[in-house]
Amino acid sequence: MIDRLATNARVVAALGRRSVIQTLRRPQLAAPLILFPTALLAIQTAGAGRAINLPQFPPVNNFLSFMLAGAIVQSVMMTGNSGAIAFAIDIEMGFTDRLFAAPISRYAVVLGRLAATAVLGAIIAVYFILLGLIFGASFNEGLAAAVWIIVLVAASALAFGSIGAAIALRTNSASVVQGIFPLVFVILFLSDAFFPANLMLDPAGWIAQYNPLSFIVNGIREPIIAGWSLTTQLKAVAAVIGVGAFGLTLCRFALIGRVRRGV
Amino acid sequence: MAAIETQQLAREFEGSIKAVDGVDLEVAEGEIYGFLGPNGAGKTTTVRMLTTLLLPTGGRAIVAGFDVAEDPGAVRRKIGVALQEAALDPLMTGRELLQLQATLHGIAKKDGQERGKWLLDRVGLTLAADRRVGTYSGGMRRRLDLASALIHRPQVLFLDEPTTGLDPVSRKAIWEEVRKLNADGTTVFLTTQYLEEADQLADRVGIISGGKLVAEGTPTALKADVGKPHLELCLVEQAGREARAEEVLARFGTPLPARDGTLMVELEHGTSEVGPIVVALNQAGLDVESLDLVQPTLDDVFVHKTGQHLEGASEETGETEAIAE
Repeated sequence: MIDRLATNARVVAALGRRSVIQTLRRPQLAAPLILFPTALLAIQTAGAGRAINLPQFPPVNNFLSFMLAGAIVQSVMMTGNSGAIAFAIDIEMGFTDRLFAAPISRYAVVLGRLAATAVLGAIIAVYFILLGLIFGASFNEGLAAAVWIIVLVAASALAFGSIGAAIALRTNSASVVQGIFPLVFVILFLSDAFFPANLMLDPAGWIAQYNPLSFIVNGIREPIIAGWSLTTQLKAVAAVIGVGAFGLTLCRFALIGRVRRGV
Repeated sequence: MAAIETQQLAREFEGSIKAVDGVDLEVAEGEIYGFLGPNGAGKTTTVRMLTTLLLPTGGRAIVAGFDVAEDPGAVRRKIGVALQEAALDPLMTGRELLQLQATLHGIAKKDGQERGKWLLDRVGLTLAADRRVGTYSGGMRRRLDLASALIHRPQVLFLDEPTTGLDPVSRKAIWEEVRKLNADGTTVFLTTQYLEEADQLADRVGIISGGKLVAEGTPTALKADVGKPHLELCLVEQAGREARAEEVLARFGTPLPARDGTLMVELEHGTSEVGPIVVALNQAGLDVESLDLVQPTLDDVFVHKTGQHLEGASEETGETEAIAE
């Protein structure tokens, strides 16, 4: 049993390493994950900075500190989507069949891909934290907050990536996975990511209040702008677990379906 | 014990499409079994079931002693698989791919590195080992695919159309490698749509059409079943030559209807009669302009069994020996 777990852990690590290397060797896919959210962060911070003066806007030192969490989750969701596209390409070209024909758990193949997404998520978190520090964001809870944000972001990347992976496994099509990309922005705009939910008009405000992404965004944002709150952090962790459980369940059904259908 | 055994193996897809319809196979250990059929005949579906990538909807299949549906993990430990189109990551190097494949099979890092190095050397890719697969030619990709299927020394190797799209030189290099592997004791299950490939490589051939196995046997036996070799002759213009020639030819076999001035005779006792026929014709005062010895092909077997030609068969029968006078 322990041997089997150790073997599967080695396989997940090897597949994860391969996926990270694959992403880095395909700069045309990797660059937008950082560049677009950075550009949007710069534009919004420069153009909508006075939003912090609105009544009921959360107390915050500057708009960058507020927006940083939004940029991070935007980048994370794009990473999840990009990982799912790469997974779908693997499926399309038959590389996944090579893996499925090996004596390993088929979940290890999915987890290997998601492990890479989590690593890329952590790298993104480090990048945005450094960017925030350089341009004046304040981290009220110091190094502990930064480490916690990195962990939360990595876990979120894995969770959101699992939904994309399930779609890739079910559809076998990189085009379909790419097609869900606009949905990323719908989910982002219907959350606390770029604007506080309490200042939105209904039904957008109502949706944003219950959007799991809002809980994750608030979990990342709170240590930057205010301070720790156990409730907010537990909600963020619960949202990550919920999204991840949903995505991994979809992956399970998609894997079972693949062997039955053959595609 | 058979390396592969199937009983009424079947696979039906949505819409009641029977891709494989009750196939019975028995492949002995150490054998090269060629699975021949046109596109869409059910070859790849059969291979996908035998390699545990697809569940059968009927019958059963035992590979290396394990049931593909009940114990797929045990099957996967015993088999090597090189699927159609050499599905390799173009961004990885050849060496990285073999190392990953070794990890997938639970081989320790150092052993995997040594085995990978040995395999790269064996398939002639040592110099290209650290280049990205995306820069490889089709033949190099196929050889790397083959090497990766061998990393764990499989008992049974599945090759799904290993030479499709390759040039003749690369095709022959793959054939040579398959023969070497088989000589080392590996059972090979090879699907192909190339008659020559099945004929050259396989100890036995199974012909599949419309999901059903329509013929099975050694290439020689299958061809012998559908007819004897025949001789096609063109004679130098002479008065009454055809009647005189038919009289001579009838002594050696059954004359077949002439076609465009070409005389044909089915040889009762095989190719050894070619010399005596030429001598007999000369003695009868007939000069032979050209003659062709035509052997039955696996395409003839396919036509005999299904009434249709194998796709591309006419391009590569390769079994006509032209003998110019």
